[in-house]
Amino acid sequence: MSTRASDIRCEIAIVGGGIVGAACAAEFAAEGCRVVVLERGIAAGEATSAGMGHLVVLDDSPAQLALTVYARRLWHALLPQLPADAEVDVCGTLWVAESDEEMALVERKRDVLAGGGVAAEVLAVDELRRAEPQLRAGLAGGLRVPDDAVIYPPTVTRLLLARAADAGAQLRTRVAVRHVEGDGRVHLADGSRVQADLVLNAAGTGAPALSPAAPIRPRKGHLVITDRYPGWVHHQLIELGYLRSTQAAAGESVAFNIQPRRTGQLLIGSSRQFDAETSDVEMRVVAKMVQRAREYLPGVEALSALRIWTGFRAATPDKLPLIGPSPEQPRVWLAAGHEGLGITTCLATARLLRDRWRGHASEIDAAPYLPQRFTAAGGSLA
Amino acid sequence: MTDPCASERDGDLVVLGGGPAGLAAAATAAEDGLRVLLLDSTPWLGGPIWRPGPGATPPRVAQRWLARADSAGVTIWPQATAFAACPPDVLHVERGRDVCRVRWKQMILAVGAHELFLPFPGWTLPNVMGAGGLQLLVKSGWPVRGRRVVVAGTGPLLLAVAAYLVRQGAHVSDILEQASWSALAQFASRLAWLAPSKLWQAATLQTRLLRTRYRPGCWPVAAHGADRLDAVTFTDGTRRWTRDCDVLACAFGLVPQLRWPGLLHCRLTPRGVWVDDYQRTSCDRVWAAGEITGLGGVDLALVEGQIAGHAAAGNNLAAARWFARRARLQRFAAQLDRCFQLRTELRFLPTPETVVCRCEDVTWRAIEACSDVRAAKLYTRCGMGSCQGRICQTALQFLQNWSADHVRPPAAPVRVGSLAGADQEHADAERTELP
Ligand SMILES: Cc1cc2nc3c(=O)[nH]c(=O)nc-3n(C[C@H](O)[C@H](O)[C@H](O)COP(=O)(O)OP(=O)(O)OC[C@H]3O[C@@H](n4cnc5c(N)ncnc54)[C@H](O)[C@@H]3O)c2cc1C
Ligand SMILES: Cc1cc2nc3c(=O)[nH]c(=O)nc-3n(C[C@H](O)[C@H](O)[C@H](O)COP(=O)(O)OP(=O)(O)OC[C@H]3O[C@@H](n4cnc5c(N)ncnc54)[C@H](O)[C@@H]3O)c2cc1C
Repeated sequence: MSTRASDIRCEIAIVGGGIVGAACAAEFAAEGCRVVVLERGIAAGEATSAGMGHLVVLDDSPAQLALTVYARRLWHALLPQLPADAEVDVCGTLWVAESDEEMALVERKRDVLAGGGVAAEVLAVDELRRAEPQLRAGLAGGLRVPDDAVIYPPTVTRLLLARAADAGAQLRTRVAVRHVEGDGRVHLADGSRVQADLVLNAAGTGAPALSPAAPIRPRKGHLVITDRYPGWVHHQLIELGYLRSTQAAAGESVAFNIQPRRTGQLLIGSSRQFDAETSDVEMRVVAKMVQRAREYLPGVEALSALRIWTGFRAATPDKLPLIGPSPEQPRVWLAAGHEGLGITTCLATARLLRDRWRGHASEIDAAPYLPQRFTAAGGSLA
Repeated sequence: MTDPCASERDGDLVVLGGGPAGLAAAATAAEDGLRVLLLDSTPWLGGPIWRPGPGATPPRVAQRWLARADSAGVTIWPQATAFAACPPDVLHVERGRDVCRVRWKQMILAVGAHELFLPFPGWTLPNVMGAGGLQLLVKSGWPVRGRRVVVAGTGPLLLAVAAYLVRQGAHVSDILEQASWSALAQFASRLAWLAPSKLWQAATLQTRLLRTRYRPGCWPVAAHGADRLDAVTFTDGTRRWTRDCDVLACAFGLVPQLRWPGLLHCRLTPRGVWVDDYQRTSCDRVWAAGEITGLGGVDLALVEGQIAGHAAAGNNLAAARWFARRARLQRFAAQLDRCFQLRTELRFLPTPETVVCRCEDVTWRAIEACSDVRAAKLYTRCGMGSCQGRICQTALQFLQNWSADHVRPPAAPVRVGSLAGADQEHADAERTELP
């Protein structure tokens, strides 16, 4: 096909200006690649602006642990360089155990984390109360993971994009990608095209529209933000049963997950729903979420709620992201499907992709995140 | 788990907002035979204009409407904030520490307007305030006697506020009206046949303001002071004056309160909520009346309220009897709009350092660098604070021509506990109270 005047040539075309696309742009541009980022709305306008911004180590599977530990290490190198509006707070995570059975899990979790090189400290019931006086009496204890942190994702995304731009990357907003061909041709809604050596599909829940076989389903979440109550809680507080909520394969679930923001505000989460039809706030789900929060933090009732919103996570069947070549499109690589962990794992995603592009060995085994894992049995991806 | 919304109530017609429009709508619909529930988030009915000070009685016209609502059997819930509609035919209402769901068949929106604040250097200093807010403050006992006040902004409200402050013993030195002499003269020549009673009102207002300089074509450019206001600088576009003062009352106009219409996805026009002749909105079974359909003052609010009330009750004939009067008042409102249109110079008042979003301390420099209201919100936190953009996003609609951001519940701040729903105890109490 002939190239037109409006066509752009580049080495790397990144579809999506969320935090994952932005991290990839910064990484590849720093390597000297000619990068173009194509975003249909504004940078960080979708899942990245809806999420909590918790940088957290999770241990649902060994691969998830490896990825989040690696990612957190990359974050700790970046955090000191971030400006005030990134709202960095290394507040740590406090996993709260409700019962003695859960307390047994706490010990196990500490050992698993230790195996991954992650410091964590078991808190007995009185230590838990001292650490977080707002928690109700009668809880069993907890696990403190001190190096987990909180950021404000939209400004960090902008910062990553600014770094990419400083290294020569081009950012185009309000241009939707309509179609991506396997040979690296990208068709935009305005009729123009981009010809790239490599296309990174970092389109979040929009990824399957461009790479149809990517097994991604939108999973809706609700969050409530309160007025400012500085020092009301000190850690991100999560119920130990949280992973159970993330694992629920169908239907909807809620879990106690509260985050103190740098501003003194509290974010109250979280819910998970498949098959939600709209992005409307559902008071029924909000009520369940808040009731759960109240079971742990009775005082939360009296705080003032300012706004409720929803967002969609890009969920995969095995809770691991899709990082690497798309089996159906040779010049398209996926950087999507990060579900509830994309803020945490975006830097690691970008690093794994860069290593692969350069033919370097990665610091962690990239195999568990390769999209082809869903075709290994020979069937279709979805 | 307990049912989050155990406390339920049915109503034929729910009226949101108990200002003049809402009161008139509720009374009229109840007189036409509907079971009506009227909600207002404040402890008083009558909206800001009819709100009495402590110990004072509401004005006669307000008392008349309250009596009509009462004898027609309207159920009134003061201090009841409707904060969500989900599913759409269920309203979530916070009443003090209780919360309940109201299942509605028809709804009239009459949530009124709020003040437009324009940012300029120094506007965040203590004692620079909205004129309406100042009036409410004084009504509730804030002392202005002996204080030097400058009133700035636009519209007839300036005179009303200045006269009120003079009656309370304040020294109002200047009234800065941004509209030009020629716009005012044109307006006055039409005023006579449009609304004689208003002309009379304006004239009597003037007589109370003999010691006050009325300055058309002038507007404030900066407020000065270290920790509170001590002077204001204003201009007529060429010259500048600085006047010592203790209080600067600003009234750049009112803007319709569009959070509820936004939550319900009502169609909007540049003036407010779109309505048809019968005050019906684009949403099924939802009417709107008063300031949210476009600013027009208390007389228009009362007429629109009565039309909406009759129409909701299916009494279109009675509703139509008010059309002519409404048309006349709307013409008057349109004249007002034209005469007191904000001049473009006001768009250039903020300097790069001026804080535009007070809740989050966001400067004009940071906001100007953004492409739209959503970008400003995401990247600078503008509009994310406790007022949820009520002040800054409204100003930015004028300053930048930006449309407002997507509305999300709650429509007003509520207790987190109210989101969790009522517990059973309160639910039972609620039920026994039902008519
Ligand atoms: C309620 C909630 C809480 C969360 N909490 C956390 C947390 O605490 N910690 C954490 O690590 N993660 C959290 N997450 C997950 C995290 O927000 C996401 O994983 C992450 O933001 C994904 O980033 P992304 O760049 O892949 O997606 P997005 O931010 O959605 O970016 C994708 C971008 O692609 C663009 N796009 C899509 N299609 C096209 C197209 N055809 N053409 C051009 N552009 C296109 C979109 O406009 C969008 O801007 C949470 C998510 C939710 C919903
Ligand atoms: C601060 C201020 C001062 C004013 N001063 C004057 C004056 O001096 N002279 C003059 O002619 N006009 C004045 N006006 C204009 C005058 O109030 C209006 O023209 C007239 O009252 C319009 O009536 P309304 O019913 O549409 O709105 P409003 O009178 O504003 O009534 C709306 C009512 O809805 C209630 N409400 C809002 N949201 C909710 C919710 N979510 N749930 C429940 N209730 C809710 C409010 O508490 C309020 O009582 C003033 C307006 C304001 C805002």
